[in-house]
Amino acid sequence: MLDTCDFKTQYVLHLADDALVLGQRLSGWCGHGPILEQDIAISNISLDLIGLARQYYQYAAELIGGDTTEDSLAYFRESREFYNHLIVEQPNGDWGDTMSRQFYFDTFHFFQLQHLTRSEDLRLREIATKALKETTYHAQFSAEWIIRLGDGTKESRKRVQKSITHHFPYALEFFETTEFDKQAHDLNLGPDVRELKDKWIEKVREVLNIATLDDINSDAVAKKGGKRGIHSEEHGLILAEMQSVARSYPDAKW
Amino acid sequence: MKNETSKPWPLWEVFVRSKNGLAHKHAGSLHASDQEMALKNARDVYTRRSEGVSIWVVLSSSVIASSPDDKEPLFAPSDDKAYRHPTFYDIPDDVGHM
Amino acid sequence: MSQPMGESISIEERFEAFVAEENRVEPKHWMPDAYRKTLVRQISQHAHSEVVGMLPEANWISRAPSLRSKLILLAKVQDEAGHGLYLYSAAETLGTPREKMIDDLLTGKAKYSSIFNYPTLTWADMGAVGWLVDGAAIANQVMLCRTSYGPYSRAMVRICKEESFHQRQGFEIMMNLSKGTKGQKEMAQDALNRWWWPSVMMFGPSDDNSPNSAQSMRWRIKRKSNDELRQEYIDKTVKQAEYLGLTIPDKDLKWNEDTGHYDFGEIDWTEFFDVIAGNGPCNAERIAARQKAHNDGAWVRDAASAYAKKQSRRKKLEEETQDSAA
Repeated sequence: MLDTCDFKTQYVLHLADDALVLGQRLSGWCGHGPILEQDIAISNISLDLIGLARQYYQYAAELIGGDTTEDSLAYFRESREFYNHLIVEQPNGDWGDTMSRQFYFDTFHFFQLQHLTRSEDLRLREIATKALKETTYHAQFSAEWIIRLGDGTKESRKRVQKSITHHFPYALEFFETTEFDKQAHDLNLGPDVRELKDKWIEKVREVLNIATLDDINSDAVAKKGGKRGIHSEEHGLILAEMQSVARSYPDAKW
Repeated sequence: MKNETSKPWPLWEVFVRSKNGLAHKHAGSLHASDQEMALKNARDVYTRRSEGVSIWVVLSSSVIASSPDDKEPLFAPSDDKAYRHPTFYDIPDDVGHM
Repeated sequence: MSQPMGESISIEERFEAFVAEENRVEPKHWMPDAYRKTLVRQISQHAHSEVVGMLPEANWISRAPSLRSKLILLAKVQDEAGHGLYLYSAAETLGTPREKMIDDLLTGKAKYSSIFNYPTLTWADMGAVGWLVDGAAIANQVMLCRTSYGPYSRAMVRICKEESFHQRQGFEIMMNLSKGTKGQKEMAQDALNRWWWPSVMMFGPSDDNSPNSAQSMRWRIKRKSNDELRQEYIDKTVKQAEYLGLTIPDKDLKWNEDTGHYDFGEIDWTEFFDVIAGNGPCNAERIAARQKAHNDGAWVRDAASAYAKKQSRRKKLEEETQDSAA
């Protein structure tokens, strides 16, 4: 797919894949949250993200044309054709793992969307304007949880510290530039992701500090590959599960 | 099972203003550990269908409720102030709507 | 009331007269202990059913075959969490904390609707559950909107408003399947075959075998009998199945001109009581899933409590410092 569609489409797919894969992961909490109220909250975030993915996929389908649809993009591409960041495909783990993954992503997503609301592309601007409102809420939600867990009990601090440390190198992939990032930036569609890093680091540090957690490791090396379609082994399993019904009945309408 | 002794999150009462210009109305209650969480939970639980433009949350334990005396108020609700109700007054139809 | 209330009338009788006049009972009103107990049992059972009922449907969120159907299913299961929450809140107004109710569920002391002990095996089950299980639940819930206990009735009004989309989403899935490919149609019929009888059992035992029913009716907690509700549900659903072109798995199902209702076959009550007793296909899995969520969440709930405590201590300290500075 990377070879067959233009950079703009790849860029939109990349945005869509992030939202879908994370939304899919989060939906796994539905029915299993630590308390009913949080079950509902995490499902809301999942709903927002899957809703956002649909808007991006619909746009990508229009760009590709023919009989491509949001569903053919979500259900009939292979893992190697997904351009999501590695961090969003990381397992849910415990509540601390999920909040850590979410906190890094939300913080990045917020700055990314902020930039996209000024995109040259009207459609991306519209999508981002709506999503920015939702993401503002998500970012508050996950930051508050990082603080509660960090500054909670001894056990919670230990657990969430581990998650935060573990996910940090994955988060650094946000600031790795691929060809479609570069092109998207040259066309004034999206941000130069490298320029988001300082703001992101500042916000992350601020929250970790309030949460009484360790400062970030400035020597950490980015784990990357997702944006080029080189994913973790888990990614294929996420897709296998997600796509199983659609692929068993390829001619069906739902 | 560990943590069996830990205290559950307190209960909060939720009031939602459904439309600009209307008063907040009691929507229900929920559990939350702190006030930020109570507000967020209230938004997620009680305004999933854009039912609200503003939310109040208050600890249930802070609500002071009037108490109907065990028996009489329940079974003999006093309606002795009928004069407070518009239907108490006989106004001729000719006067028009009042 | 020309005469003062006679001394011969007991407070219980007055209470029954009060509810018989369609008055609503509120948390601070006097009520018979048995009324309170019945309500706590019924409302918490109802809440547990919503929460356990999330599991068989949540099982298919990850595999929903279109993004649209994934969103709808997720929103629906999330609503069920909301409904559980409204109901726990209503029960809490009777003086039983949610923790206690959940403890009763996790230790097997409390029951929930036995239908949720059946497995969801194909995507068509999402259609059948929405159409049949929610359809049956709605019949019961509409009645409960007028139940005598205020907080319960208000929770039910809210639930009914939200629930109206649930049955429709189920029916929509069934429509798409029955209009679809051969494979889809077979899936739909298979789901109907498996869910029909359990859904008919959802209304509980027959009236002559339901010992608490009469008292609940007198207290206006229930407004219709199990059998009345069951008949309403069957009458409505048969027509919908015809529309879908699917066959209800009951060879005795027949329109009865005289009664104006459908006659239906014998219900397998042995199966019903077996499942209630814990011998259904998924009883153990359902409770294990709830236990796991509760236990895995303990450290999270503790952390949040600890943080809240620290915060309020800090705030107090700040105020004291300000006071002493002034």
